[in-house]
Amino acid sequence: MNYRQAKTGKLMIDILPDKCDFCGCCVGVCPEDAIELKEAEIFIIDERCTNCSKCIWSCPIEVIKFNKKGVLSK
Amino acid sequence: MKPEYDIVIVGAGPAGSIAARFAAEGGASVLMLEKDRDVGYPVRCGEAISKAGVSEFIAPDEKWISAHINKFALISPDGTEAVIEFSDAGYVLERRIFDYELAKTAAKAGAEILTRAYVNGLLFEDGKVSGVKYEYRGEQKELKAKIVIGADGVESRIGRWAGLKTYVDFREMECCVQVTASNINVKDDTLYFYFGENVAPGGYFWIFPKVNGAANIGLGVSGMVGKKKSALSFLNNFMENNFPNSPILTSIAGGVPSTITLDKISAPGIMLVGDAARQVNPLSGGGIASGMIGGSIAGKIAAEAITNNSLDHILTYDKAWHERLGKRHELFEKIKNGIYNFSDDKFNKIAHSFNKIPYEKRSLGKLFTTALFNQPSLLVDVAKIFII
Repeated sequence: MNYRQAKTGKLMIDILPDKCDFCGCCVGVCPEDAIELKEAEIFIIDERCTNCSKCIWSCPIEVIKFNKKGVLSK
Repeated sequence: MKPEYDIVIVGAGPAGSIAARFAAEGGASVLMLEKDRDVGYPVRCGEAISKAGVSEFIAPDEKWISAHINKFALISPDGTEAVIEFSDAGYVLERRIFDYELAKTAAKAGAEILTRAYVNGLLFEDGKVSGVKYEYRGEQKELKAKIVIGADGVESRIGRWAGLKTYVDFREMECCVQVTASNINVKDDTLYFYFGENVAPGGYFWIFPKVNGAANIGLGVSGMVGKKKSALSFLNNFMENNFPNSPILTSIAGGVPSTITLDKISAPGIMLVGDAARQVNPLSGGGIASGMIGGSIAGKIAAEAITNNSLDHILTYDKAWHERLGKRHELFEKIKNGIYNFSDDKFNKIAHSFNKIPYEKRSLGKLFTTALFNQPSLLVDVAKIFII
């Protein structure tokens, strides 16, 4: 199993792009500038993420999940 | 397209378009970049605005007015409706047309516009911002500019790349969801605001009418509330209880940086406007009018800096904004913190006392006085601001 690596160890923040509305709440609250958002594309910049979870709490439509085990690389 | 511009504006919402227009009218060469394929779409907005907020920048036009508003209805948790009448208070907009028209006024003033251009970095020269890096149809490009204006919305990253602290405390982010639904039986001249723990704790729930029996129905809650229950689940509850069979025409999420303006909204070579600068009215969450005001001030100052060949002039923007609206937003922020922390019981009491005031004597001022009467500590905050 290959896990994605965040700044602080295993990446545990998982954005589900298929459910995302690309509204930008998570980008606005991210203290680390660790989320890239285009017109209809979103992803975490792994090496900047600290798993702080602020994006999860700010997502209006529950699209970002905390994954304790870590997020698998594709 | 020119090889370089005096001013590049990132984002073609109302703040960006007005900044572009004022900068172009002031004689600068201007390019406005928009990441999406359309200006004005998707609409992430409740679309209500005061008449004064619009008229300063564009003559009201029926093609982008969806409803004319002359009443506010404030609904307390026990269902008591407090109605305040205004003559000709404002509009519910059709923003996909409104934003388009605003961008056209910028274009008529001489600004160029490019959509599908995603800005993903800044250029620097001698420690100051000197242009943008952007992706256009799969190609990475660079463009030099004397001044970059970030109008890139709630998700703004331009400011932080320039070294300004711009991220929003998650407790101050109003996380919103909205549906535009059809067959909604509400008065088409009234904005409805619902308060209380069950509908939108620490924020409000809205129904804003649109043409032909449709309405924008949504709410915003802080990230602090979102930690326990998302905006979406509040909306789903409300719709199931009130409009279970209404067809949904649009559903959208969005964030409102419901806070005071950033400490710094300009730095060498860069200015921020609109949601990117956190120029939202923190009490109402409205950001169209204040964003356009921010855009106009920034656009004008940027053009002056170009024509007088004194780029440091853009640093006067912070003060100019603070005097025009920033100061007032600080007061609104304090009132917001007072009002939105009311308990359900307090909201009910205010609505009951307010309804004892004869209908023709009701005003927002009276409502505010009634709220103060129930929470005298608010008076201290308000007085402080006016005295200082």
